[in-house]
Amino acid sequence: MQFLLAFVVAVPLLGAAAALLPSRPSASRSAAPLLVTGLKGKSPDQAVLRHGVTVTGVVLVAAIVLALGFDHDHPSKMQATTDISWIPALHVRIHLGIDGISLPLLLLTALLTFLCALYSYFNPPAGPSPKAFTALVLLLEGGTLASFAVLDLVLFFLAFETVLVPMYFLIARWGGEGRTRAAWRFILYTLLGSVIMLLGLLLIGIKAGTFDMVALATDNGRTLTTSVQVVAVLAIGIGLAVKAPMWPLHSWLPDAHTAAPTVGSVLLAGVLLKMGTYGFVRILLPVAPDGFRVFAPYLAAFAVVGIIYGSLACLSLARRGAKGDLKRLIAYSSVGHMGFVLLGISTMTPTGVNGALFANIAHGLITGLLFFLVGALKDRTGSTDLDTLAAHSGGALYGRAPRLGGLLAFGAVASLGLPGLAGFWGEMLALFGAFQPAAGLSRAAYLVFLAIGAFGTLLTAAYLLVVVRRVCMGDPGQDLPELADVRGYEFAAWTPLVVLTVLAGLWPRALLGLSDPAVQQLLAGGTR
Amino acid sequence: MTALAQSLAQAAPGHLAAPAVNALIQSVDWLAIAPPVIVAVTALAVLVTDLFLPEYRKPLLGWFSVAGLAAAGLMLLPLLDGDRATFCLTGSTRACSYSADHFTVVIQFLVLGGALLAALLSVTGVQDDRRRVPAGEFWFLLLSSAAGAALLPASRDLATLIVALEVASLPAFALVGIRHGEARSAEAALKFFLSSVTATAVSLMGVSFVYATTGTLHLTEIARRLPQTDGQLHTLVQTGVVLTLVGFAFKTAAVPFHFWVPETYVGAPLPVAAYLSVVGKAVGFSGLILVTVIAFPSYAEVWGPALAVLAALTMTAGNAGALWQRATRAYSAVRLLAWSSIGQAGYLLVPIAAAGYTRDGQKAIGSTVAYALMYAAVNLGAFAVAALVGRTRPLNRIADYRGLYATNPVTAVLLAFFLLCLAGLPPGVIGLFAKVTVFSAAVDAGLGWLAVVMAVNVVIALYYYLRWTALLFRVPEGEPVRHRLPAPLTAALALTAAVGVALSGAPQLVLRFAATTLF
Repeated sequence: MQFLLAFVVAVPLLGAAAALLPSRPSASRSAAPLLVTGLKGKSPDQAVLRHGVTVTGVVLVAAIVLALGFDHDHPSKMQATTDISWIPALHVRIHLGIDGISLPLLLLTALLTFLCALYSYFNPPAGPSPKAFTALVLLLEGGTLASFAVLDLVLFFLAFETVLVPMYFLIARWGGEGRTRAAWRFILYTLLGSVIMLLGLLLIGIKAGTFDMVALATDNGRTLTTSVQVVAVLAIGIGLAVKAPMWPLHSWLPDAHTAAPTVGSVLLAGVLLKMGTYGFVRILLPVAPDGFRVFAPYLAAFAVVGIIYGSLACLSLARRGAKGDLKRLIAYSSVGHMGFVLLGISTMTPTGVNGALFANIAHGLITGLLFFLVGALKDRTGSTDLDTLAAHSGGALYGRAPRLGGLLAFGAVASLGLPGLAGFWGEMLALFGAFQPAAGLSRAAYLVFLAIGAFGTLLTAAYLLVVVRRVCMGDPGQDLPELADVRGYEFAAWTPLVVLTVLAGLWPRALLGLSDPAVQQLLAGGTR
Repeated sequence: MTALAQSLAQAAPGHLAAPAVNALIQSVDWLAIAPPVIVAVTALAVLVTDLFLPEYRKPLLGWFSVAGLAAAGLMLLPLLDGDRATFCLTGSTRACSYSADHFTVVIQFLVLGGALLAALLSVTGVQDDRRRVPAGEFWFLLLSSAAGAALLPASRDLATLIVALEVASLPAFALVGIRHGEARSAEAALKFFLSSVTATAVSLMGVSFVYATTGTLHLTEIARRLPQTDGQLHTLVQTGVVLTLVGFAFKTAAVPFHFWVPETYVGAPLPVAAYLSVVGKAVGFSGLILVTVIAFPSYAEVWGPALAVLAALTMTAGNAGALWQRATRAYSAVRLLAWSSIGQAGYLLVPIAAAGYTRDGQKAIGSTVAYALMYAAVNLGAFAVAALVGRTRPLNRIADYRGLYATNPVTAVLLAFFLLCLAGLPPGVIGLFAKVTVFSAAVDAGLGWLAVVMAVNVVIALYYYLRWTALLFRVPEGEPVRHRLPAPLTAALALTAAVGVALSGAPQLVLRFAATTLF
């Protein structure tokens, strides 16, 4: 078990290095012949993309084995732990482990990256060499997996930062229009945020005498004075809020999403944003509860503003003649959805935090799917502009490419939170949590937030239905160009997301059963 | 030169009572003084050999010098125990003028390694520039300066310290102005010379004040006698302490003694600038450490706050200067490295200032040593890339680095790594952790405000380091020029990269100095 987790974190990094080797990586043949058999291609470009599929596939299999071997009776216990001293002078240790909170995120990351690698094998990104592309995607996967698996504040920061570099290059080199500016903005925002976060982490580490998250969580902030906690939560919170992103620190996100290649968008929305909210739950809630309590109402307020702001921005983009970009619209909808996640965390109750974690996963699945679909639309029509897509009287996707249209409608409906699909439970639980926030938080204020958030769900439904009506419906008889329907590899890449969305909607216990005990323990002062 | 220092050290204390003859007879531990001696002997050998070598054989001198530096570095191995001392008084007090303790060994390693890398850079530089740079003199001067720099951390009396400082500095002036027929070079050398000499003179005045009040030049003796000085002499001692620091502060390029740096770096041959930025700084801060922590611990309330303010001003001035560099200005890459080295000097000063606020000052300076080792490796690496680009683009503007990745991918990735180390961002892990130790040294000493100033500065510095890094990966403008890599430059790059990567994987290698006392 413990080697498996270290394996999952290390393999993408090694794979990234191997992808850069001058000759065709021979490992792709031997490592997983089963996976490779179906994928043929002789050119070196194909070979390196296949290498990416193989490595991410191996990681996914290892992650699934890890999940199967996970002791589901004790999800609050850290499992598969590795604990090695790295820098004794600073008390930094290589401490890895997973519990019910990190396991789903780990799986989500492994799955989405694999699907992205598969998608890019058949649909290579337009831009410079796929060699660097594959290496960067693998580095991105390694950094993300590491940030969900590490249990040391300094290592968390390192993993958090590692992700920035590949994302920057994915946007700057394989992106669309305005990519240089978008990439620069992305790196400046997140970098400044994470430097401030580092200061907060150092403050906690120096004052508490350890960087170990488990030890700090067990301590539950007892060795830290309230003023230290307040400063630390402010500093760390800003760094995480930039990443999440929380209104008003979100403005890097729409640009980055619009400019990023399809795979970059999927990973950015599906995985990278989760690192911010994960940090809130894993670090701030247990380590500095007093400090967090001070800021919780403000966080909730910013979160509901984000919900309303995101929805209104989407509504204005969806209007006829607004020249709204579909990618940009989904990016803004992410701001709204992450608002629900932050609202759930800010309640400091098990219900709210569980809802937040559930919404995290659901958003990763659904928004990942939506970005894939929009990417496919762009490949076919050459545009993501809503007015172009919708033509005069609707894009008539149902008529021209029924499966693609159906999937887009499915994604939109899941995103608006239809009961029975994944998007529903998380947001409902987050709102439930706000109905009865933790002791010490003003209930009246949270009831207001609850009302505003609930109104936000209505707005969300409104703009998503507008999008479906404009893009999917309409008269196919008008002189619109032919559209290819869903291709085989697209089916392969998207089906898992659809299935999991339905599954999580019908059987929420699978996820909540994992996260709930761990959340209960983190909030109560993680004794093990 | 060591003999000179020795006789000065002997004469200066004076031994007011007529000393017994046998008290003057000392045994010399040749092994302990081997590293600086080997460098000095190599320097003389190079100077003599130069007379007999035909023109086309001159490149041999460079390799001979590199070998001498490497041999001197190897002679550090028997000293690793750090328990040797020589040139000791044989009287009642066993004060020594030369000590090969852990601090000495580490700093000598830093100095010799830095000089070795600078020499590797110079092999190509001297060869390219052979019309204007006389090879024999160049190597002699470089080695002499390195010998002085290697002597300095081992000196344990003020006379040896000042002599070592001068031996390290005087050849450096000549090195800066060594290019024939270049006005900029000569002007830079003159500026450097005048300001440096002034600083040293001030320093000497301080030393004389301290000697006047304590009657000894040995650092440990000064530390013992200072608290017992006459109350009337208090002001004199305070003045002496502050003035003594000036000369060393100049060498570290601390504010307000930093104005010479950008002009000098631009005017000097690039390897010499690299040498000054690492070895010159090492000389300055190791002298500062010796004077403050070993000799004047009882006056910590004087030099502690002074150095703290100096550190804050230095890092702010350096980073502000680097921030204003326009990418298209001539020599902007070298200028930016010069200003950034001033900023880095500010971080180096922080733990020394912190040492003035804690009881266990000798422990705090370990952070400076750890930081300096990191800085030496990555800064020399950055200079190596600058030297490489400077061969085909003599103006060395930052704009010339645009699209370096397209033509020389490995070099571009390495420069990015070095810059990120200087900035303190992953994957430059060692840069990050070195900053963290310096930061925690400040916090531990209760210098919260300095820690905040440092944090703000680190964030400012991110901007210009990142801007340069991002430029490397842009699409090149116009016809891209592929830079050819000569063997010595490749060796220097490989060496610095190996050190940087190894330290990033195992930061404990240098960070352990931050956790122990070195004396």
